[in-house]
Order: sequence, then C-alpha cells, then structure tokens
Amino acid sequence: MSIKLEHVSLDYEDGGRINHALKDVTLEIPDNQFVGLIGHTGSGKSSLIQHLNGLLHATSGTIYYNGENIYAEGYSMRKLRNKVGLVFQYPEHQLFEVDVFADVCFGPKNQGLSEEEVKERAREALNLVGLDESYYKKSPFELSGGQKRRVAIAGVLAMNPEVLVLDEPTAGLDPRGRDEILGQIKELKEQRNMTIVLVSHSMEDVARYVDRLIVMNHGEAVYDGTPREVFRHYKELEKIGLAAPQVTYLMHQLKERGLDVNTDVITIEEAREELKRVLSKKKNTVSIQADSLLNVTNEVHQGDTASC
Amino acid sequence: MLRKITIGQYYSVDSFIHRLDPRVKLFATMMYVVSLFMANNWVGYLLGAIALAVYIKASKVPMNFIMRGLKPIIFLLCFSVLFNLFLTTGGTVLVKFWIITITTAGVKQAFFMAVRLILLIIGSSIMTYTTTPNQLTDAMEKSLGFLKKVKVPVHELAMMMSIALRFIPILVEETDKMMKAQLARGANFEEGNLIQRAKAMVPILVPLFISAFRRATDLALAMEARCYHGGEGRTRMKPLQYQGADRVMYLVFAVYFAAIIATRFLPL
Repeated sequence: MSIKLEHVSLDYEDGGRINHALKDVTLEIPDNQFVGLIGHTGSGKSSLIQHLNGLLHATSGTIYYNGENIYAEGYSMRKLRNKVGLVFQYPEHQLFEVDVFADVCFGPKNQGLSEEEVKERAREALNLVGLDESYYKKSPFELSGGQKRRVAIAGVLAMNPEVLVLDEPTAGLDPRGRDEILGQIKELKEQRNMTIVLVSHSMEDVARYVDRLIVMNHGEAVYDGTPREVFRHYKELEKIGLAAPQVTYLMHQLKERGLDVNTDVITIEEAREELKRVLSKKKNTVSIQADSLLNVTNEVHQGDTASC
Repeated sequence: MLRKITIGQYYSVDSFIHRLDPRVKLFATMMYVVSLFMANNWVGYLLGAIALAVYIKASKVPMNFIMRGLKPIIFLLCFSVLFNLFLTTGGTVLVKFWIITITTAGVKQAFFMAVRLILLIIGSSIMTYTTTPNQLTDAMEKSLGFLKKVKVPVHELAMMMSIALRFIPILVEETDKMMKAQLARGANFEEGNLIQRAKAMVPILVPLFISAFRRATDLALAMEARCYHGGEGRTRMKPLQYQGADRVMYLVFAVYFAAIIATRFLPL
C-alpha cells in the first residue's frame, strides 16, 4: 500500500507561455509515514498534493495508488478521493452547513453510507480533533479560527481516509492552536496508522514532527530524506528561500565559537540534551559559562514559540 | 476551466490603441455597434470588417487570443444562423424538403447575421482587451458627468462598477478553489438530475457568498481607513485629457461612420 509518482510533470499555459508547475517528479510514499513537504511559495507543493487525489491531472507521467494506475480507464477518482483525504489551505473557508455536526457529515454522506454510519463517523472525527458534543449544534461561523479549522479537518477525517494530506494546516493560528493541531495529526498517524503528508512553511514544525522531508523548488523535488539529512544542506536551502530550524543555526554558531557540539541538532529538546552532554564534560572548568548557555537556549525556546 | 474565457479580459501590451483616451475607445465602440446595424449590404459589412482588422492590427492583440474569445458564443451563433436560414421567406427557393425551405433571401440573411454577430463581439471585446476596467469606468464617469446635475450619483455608480469588475477574477479563482475543496470531500457535480445538481451547488455557493461578504467588508474598511468618502471634491491622479492623437481618432471614426451611411445609398 503506497502512493507512487513516476515522472510526473504538469505544464500550464500563461499568456501564451508554457510554464512547468511540476517537472519530472518521481517519489514513493509508503504506508504510515509522516512526510513533510517544504518549498517557497510557487515551488509546486500545492500542485503536487492535488495530484495525490486526482484533482489535477498530470500532463505526463503516472501515479499509482496501491499499485493501481489512477489514470487508467475506469479508475474511479471518487473512490481515490475517499482514500486520500485532502485538507486545503484555510479549510475553514469551505464550511457551509448550519451546524458543525452537519458539516462534518457532508463527506461520509457523499460516500453513500447509511445515516447511522454517517453520524458515527462524524462523532468519531470530531472526537479526534478534540471537539466535544457541546459544539455539535453550534454554527460553524460562531467558532474561533482554530476551532473552525478543526471542524474542517474533521470533515475530511470523517471520510476515513488512509492518507491524509494537509496544506499548511497551521497557517494563521496562534502557537497553542498550532501545537494542538500538529499534536492531533501526529496521534492520527500513530493510533490509526494513517499516512500523513504535511505541507508547511515552518522548519521547526517539520523538524519536530515528520519522518521524512521533501524539498520542492521550481517544480522539482530537490531533497528527499530525514529532516536531519535535509537540514544538513542549510546553506543550499537558504539559496532557494528556505532555511534550517533556528536552533540548528545556534549550534553552528556555538561550534564556530569553539564549543564542540554536534551540529546535527534540529529541535530544541535535542539541543538541550546535546548542550547538557557537552557542558557536563567540562563542568569543572567552566560551570558559569554552562549556566549562561542553558539560559540562552531557554530564551531561544521562548522566542521560537512567540515568533510563530 | 473558467480561466479559458478571454472575453472581457485586459490584454496588457503597449500599443497606439492602448494609449488612446478611454473615452475615445468607448465612443468608438458604441459608434461601431451602431454602424453594424446601419450597414445593409456587403459593401458596408466589408468596410466594417476592414476597419476592425486595421484596428486590431494597431492594438497588437494577437489574433488567436481574439478568436478564443469567440468560442463561448459559437452556440448562439449557430442558433441564429440556422433560424435565419430556415425561417426567412422570399427570394428563389433553393431547397425544399419536408417542412424545411431554404431560400436565397434566407442564405443572405443568415450570412449577414453571422458576420454582424462576429464583428459585434470582436468589436466590443477589443475595447476591453485594450482598456483596463479602471480606465473604462473613469471614462464613463467623465462622459456621464453631466448627469450629476440631475442628482444621478455618477461617481458612486462608477466606483461600484470598477469594484465589481475587480472582483470577477477573484471570485472565479475562489469558485475554483471551493469546487476542488468540496470535490475532495466527495461532492459530485457531474451526475444526477437538474435538482440534484442544483443542490450540489450549495456547498460552493454558501462559502462563496460568505467570502464575498468578508472581502467586501475588508475593502470597505480599507477604503475608509484611507479617508474615502465618495466623489465630493475628489481629484484624480491622472485626469483624463484629450491629446492630439485622440482628436485625430475621433475624426477617423467620424469618417468611417459617414462611409457606412454612404454605403446604404449604393445602387446594389
């Protein structure tokens, strides 16, 4: 069970010129993987994910879902869309029903399930995103931004997809809303064995959550590996408008200034452990310096949460 | 799929026609439409077609772009041609079969109708290709300024029109996005009878209306924040002013119009 893209290209015409939204993308997403997708605006991330459920049709190349060619004649795109759930950017804009519960029911109802099953699915999905029964009869438009977004995500989850694709699910949310949503997505992956594809602009988020990171640039997948491997190329990432997590830069700076730390650090927690390790070695000689350094990492931690 | 419609779009290129005063183009377009209905023989239509061809050439808008604008009206065109062909009586009978009668008058009428419709569409769309919506509303506001004397809110109407035009591409894009989002949730727009299909539009229309209202509120706020308070005492950054070329073009159009009228009296 996997999604496989082979030499997928997408061209579009803009005022007589042919542009390439995607150029010869070949990749495979195995089951139960948490994949991060990063790239600057217009790099082809959104085009790529819309191929995964057949909303966009590649100009050339083939896509296999569980070994079946989705472009083959007779292949049901609607079935594919039941398996690959896609949550668009600002999904709260697509809410339309009179209350939260009815809106979440829209997806499973389209799948042709019985009324009981539909309700069961909706309850389950709302439970997964942490909205209890007191929200069911509320109008989607009287909720806060973060709650609306969770309703919209529940709307896709209620279809019981095997793969969940999210296009910047945390854009415009406060730090708490962001952590809650990403935490719930991580849980989905672990408890329901879902495959997750997460498009993000936050290097901190992908460093913290994903198993594998794909970097898009000008319609091509330029890097593909674990976040640690990808962020080693932080200088190249900067050239294409991206960066490594802040804490990686901190480690590089510490190393430059003579502290022998491992620069392969991508999250705050790892940095804390690494600094403790390095500093405890020379505790006897420079204990004052150690304290001040730990303070620095704490400040960075707070600054990081506040800035996003 | 909605983006393929080129009619009513602006084609950005620097040309003599693009630089003309929008009032000249507005006036010329109206005169052109009238002239097409004045012409009553092939000389008149030929003249109209040649004038349009020269105008298009001068505007530097590529021909295939213009032809694409014709696509949405092909159905209408065929419809009116067929009706004229079958339902016009008079002249010699060419074909008589069952209830269908085709006469020479019918052929002539159908042909002229097709030419007239095509010229009409191209002639009016070339104005939007060469004039931005803002220029166009400016031109209307200034040309209709005399109506202010009888308490017609010309400025407000012009502002409403330019905002409406500005929103069209945004709403098209938004519709596209909504359709995709609901398709991803298993919506079905292609199957079912008329009522089911109309119902399937609800998940698109409701969010679309909401976003349109939200955008309108935002825009109103942004305009008020910049002290917009209607047309009273408002001056322009680029006031419309006729140049030499504009006056010459008025003259050219007048000559063309006179020529069309003259063709009516040709002994054909």
